Amino acid sequence: MIDVLIIGGGIAGMEAACTLHDLGFETLILEKEKQLGGHLRNWDTLFPTKRKASEVLEHYVKEIQQRGITVYLNTDVTSVKKQEDGTFELNTGREVQFKTKTVLMTTGYALFNAERKEEYGYKIYDNVITSADLEKILQTAKGELRSPSGNSIQSVAFVHCVGSRDEKSGNHYCSNVCCVTGVKQAIKMRQLLPEAQVFNFYMDLRMYGSGFEEMYREAQEQWHVQFIRGRLSEVAETIDKRLQLKAEDTLSARPLRMHVDLLVLLVGMESNKAAADFAQSCNLACAPSRFVQPKDFHIESNKTNVEGLFTAGTAIAPLSVFDTVNHAKAAALSVSEYLKKNN
Amino acid sequence: MNKFGFAPAKSRVIEYDSMHNQLLDYIIANEPSFSTCMSCGSCTATCSAGNLTDFNIRRLNIQIRHGELDGIRQEIDKCMLCGKCLLVCPRGINTRNAIMIIKKGIVNLGIE
Repeated sequence: MIDVLIIGGGIAGMEAACTLHDLGFETLILEKEKQLGGHLRNWDTLFPTKRKASEVLEHYVKEIQQRGITVYLNTDVTSVKKQEDGTFELNTGREVQFKTKTVLMTTGYALFNAERKEEYGYKIYDNVITSADLEKILQTAKGELRSPSGNSIQSVAFVHCVGSRDEKSGNHYCSNVCCVTGVKQAIKMRQLLPEAQVFNFYMDLRMYGSGFEEMYREAQEQWHVQFIRGRLSEVAETIDKRLQLKAEDTLSARPLRMHVDLLVLLVGMESNKAAADFAQSCNLACAPSRFVQPKDFHIESNKTNVEGLFTAGTAIAPLSVFDTVNHAKAAALSVSEYLKKNN
Repeated sequence: MNKFGFAPAKSRVIEYDSMHNQLLDYIIANEPSFSTCMSCGSCTATCSAGNLTDFNIRRLNIQIRHGELDGIRQEIDKCMLCGKCLLVCPRGINTRNAIMIIKKGIVNLGIE
């Protein structure tokens, strides 16, 4: 029987796997995709340092390989069943069934599907993209950056809070990291397109983390990014594929109209489908946000209502890479305590 | 009286201590969602009346909170009740109903 079975091989899963392995436990990772890394694989740079996400990813993949930790790729967990003796049985799309003493759920998040905010025109207008699309574009960008319709870019607008803080999307919560991502990407656009104007439409700028506020200031001072306090009400396409934006400039209390060549929607995080599946198969408690509900948000944030089933990272809420890695490290110690007590 | 000369300027300070909040209480009692506004301005951006007049439904919310009710009756009449604001509000505020409640409140509370 395995000591710890980790569901999800993103940074949380990999960090926890390394720590648990070093503590002497038999650890195994199940990853539904064909490679480790999760969403980070699709990200170009990380805030606030602007370092390449691939550096962090390579570090973790190397650590996993050096330790010889077993990883099952292309393995989607369909159910987690707690047994009478307190252990777990997991079913996957594969023939094999997994038996384990504990489960660590590091299933991460799902990106908000921007098509649901139809008024912003994602997948309707060519030049509306999401922050995730932009990261992918930046990963491979060579030469002059042009809009998806092939036009040169003279102006770019970022829309904050797409699918977050929005009753219409069913998401009341704030996704935490989009604000600083918007600032980071706005700086990047000014660097790549020195002639272009960059606007960020925000409701509140939540620069909660270390180095975030400094980055906001840098965007204003060094890169002249223009921040407009107002939420977009609708987007329309002009005949030359530009985008007409409507908002209120709330600080001057007047309606505003603007045309841009590229619109970037800062999409938030939503609970992963895995949370709903496990909630069904093993009565895992979820919060109203649909993310996993920790047993005690302050003292036992890695435990769930199911004894022996632990969680870490963005399975519980939208988190930055910094917070995810720390939460995963803490999860490893929480699992270790449990295993020592129950062995 | 004197058409020129000096007079003490009216204070521009928002006096939180002496706020007249009868109307706010009335609106919140009848349309509780009114209190959840975060001033994003989507309503004003999409407002049919706001594009042509100085009507600003977002600012109206703040003015009512401050008890600044001078000329509110004329202000509220600029709204055409088209309901577009209701469609875009991220907090799900029933803005059109709030307008109707304000109209009723003005009459019931005897606000000029």
